[in-house]
Amino acid sequence: MQAVKKPLPHPTHESQAFWAGCKNRQLLIQRCTSCGDVRFPPSPVCPSCMSLDSEWVPASGKGEVWSFVTFHQAFHPAFERNIPYVVAVIELEEGVRMMSNIVGPPEAVKIGMPVEVIFEDASPEITLPKFKPAAPEAAAPSE
Amino acid sequence: MMNLRHKYCIVGIGETDPGVVSHRASVGASLIAAQRALDDAGLSPRDVDGVIAASSSHGSVPLLSIKVGELLGMTPLSTALDLELDGASPAAMVHYAAMALEAGQCSAVLCVSGYAMKNTEGEIPDMPVNTDEFSSPYGMFGGLADYAMAAQRHMHRYGTTSRHLGLIAVAERAHARVNSFATVKDPLTIDDHQNSPWVVEPLRRWDCPLPGDGAGAFIIVPRETAKDLKNPPVHIMGIGQSHPHAGILDSDSVTTSGARVSGEKAFHMAGVTIADVDVAEIDDSTTYTVLVQLEDYGFCKKGEAGEFLESEGIEVNKAKIPVNTHGGLLSCANVPGIFHITEAVKQLRGGCGERQVVGAEVALVSGNGRALSAHVTLILRK
Repeated sequence: MQAVKKPLPHPTHESQAFWAGCKNRQLLIQRCTSCGDVRFPPSPVCPSCMSLDSEWVPASGKGEVWSFVTFHQAFHPAFERNIPYVVAVIELEEGVRMMSNIVGPPEAVKIGMPVEVIFEDASPEITLPKFKPAAPEAAAPSE
Repeated sequence: MMNLRHKYCIVGIGETDPGVVSHRASVGASLIAAQRALDDAGLSPRDVDGVIAASSSHGSVPLLSIKVGELLGMTPLSTALDLELDGASPAAMVHYAAMALEAGQCSAVLCVSGYAMKNTEGEIPDMPVNTDEFSSPYGMFGGLADYAMAAQRHMHRYGTTSRHLGLIAVAERAHARVNSFATVKDPLTIDDHQNSPWVVEPLRRWDCPLPGDGAGAFIIVPRETAKDLKNPPVHIMGIGQSHPHAGILDSDSVTTSGARVSGEKAFHMAGVTIADVDVAEIDDSTTYTVLVQLEDYGFCKKGEAGEFLESEGIEVNKAKIPVNTHGGLLSCANVPGIFHITEAVKQLRGGCGERQVVGAEVALVSGNGRALSAHVTLILRK
C-alpha cells in the first residue's frame, strides 16, 4: 500500500510568485509598491494602505523563532513517520512571520533562536522553505 | 453602544447526553436539545419565532437555523441566523438574540449549538478536513497546535510551567467527578497530568479536551415574558465581544486574549467588576485557554496565573471564584461553548449538588473561538 501523501500547496493567483521563488531557492516576500510595507501570507490588498499594487522582493532568509511546538502525535497520517517534529512561527528580519519546520533535533529549538532558510524539494513542482538553526551574528569587534 | 443590560433572560436550557452521538449530531442532537429547552422553559414551539444555530461540525447543514425551526414546527421564522465563530458561537448567540429582540424582530429566540465528530458519511475523519497552503505542508494541524504555540510564548515570557496548566486540568476533573452529566470520572492527580504524554508540546494529553460531541440549546425572551414561565429566569446583564486576529501569524499577542477587552465591555454594561463574580464558566479548549483568561479577567495579574493556581486555584469549595464547575471541555463534554452557558444557568438556579457554588448570584461566562481569535464575555445574574 502506498504511503499517504503529505498535503502540498496548490499555488493560487496570489501565491504563485512565492512558490516560483521557492522553486528557484529564493525566499520572496510581498511588498506594497505604494507604501512599502511587507506582508505574508500574500493578499491582493495592502492592509496598511489598501493599495492593490504589489511586488515580490527577496528576503534575506534570516529570522528568529517567535514560537514553536513539537508534534508527538500525528494529526495527519502522512506525518506519522516524522514524529516528533517541530513546527515554528519564524519572524523574518523583514518583520513578517511565517510557519515552517525547523530541521534538526526538536530539543535544540528555543524561542528567539536565530534561523535561516533552506529549501527542500517536496515534488517535481513544489519546493518548500524550511529553516535550520543559524549561528548568531558575530559581535562587532570591541574598540 | 446599545445597552442591553437587564432586559433579556435565559428561560430554558436543554442538553443532549454527551458522547459520540451520531453522524447527524449537528441536526438530530440539536433538535433534542431544543426540545428539552422548550420543555424547561414551559414554552411551545409556536411561542418561538427566532432561531440562531451554530455548528462547527464537519459537513454542516445549510440554513441550519431554518431547518431546526422547520423540524420543530416553528416556521415561518422572523429571525434566522446561522452563526459560525467556532467555540465563541454560543456566547455570541446570546448577543445576537438580545439584539434581535431589542430591535423588535421577534419575540423569543431559540439558540442551538451542536458539535459532531462524525461526518455525513458516518465516519470520524482520520485526517484534517481543511488544509492551508502555508501551514499544512509542514504538518501544522488542529486547533490544539495554535494554543500550544501560544502557551509556549507565555512560558517563555512569564515562566509558566506545564504543572501550572495541570492544576487547571486537575480542578476541572474534580468537578466532573461530582457532575452526573460529565463523561470522565477517573481521578486525575497532578502527577497523572505530568506523566501524561505530550500531544503537541507543550500541551499534554490532559491539557486537551476529551473526544465527544453533542448539543445544547437555550431560549431567550424579554424580561416581561420571562417572569411567568416555568423556571426562575437568568438575567443577561452584560455582553461584550472582541476578536483580535484571525490566526496567530498576525497576532499582536497570544499571551493576552480577547477576554481583556470583551470582558471590560461586559463588566461595564453589567455595572460589576470581577470582585462581584461568584462563579465563572470560561472556555477551556485547552488548559492554556483558561490560564490566559484568568489573567485577562483580573483573577490575577498578567503573567501571575501560575502562582494564582498554586495558591488560590479554581476549585469549588476552595477558590473564591470557582471555574468550570461542570468539568468543562476537558472533563465534562467536548461541545464548545454551549455547556458553559447551561452550567452557568444551573449554578444560578441552584441545585448543582456537590458542585454548587453556594449563594451564586453573578456568573461570568466566556466564549472563545479558534486560536484565541474570537472572544465573547457574558455576565449573567440570578
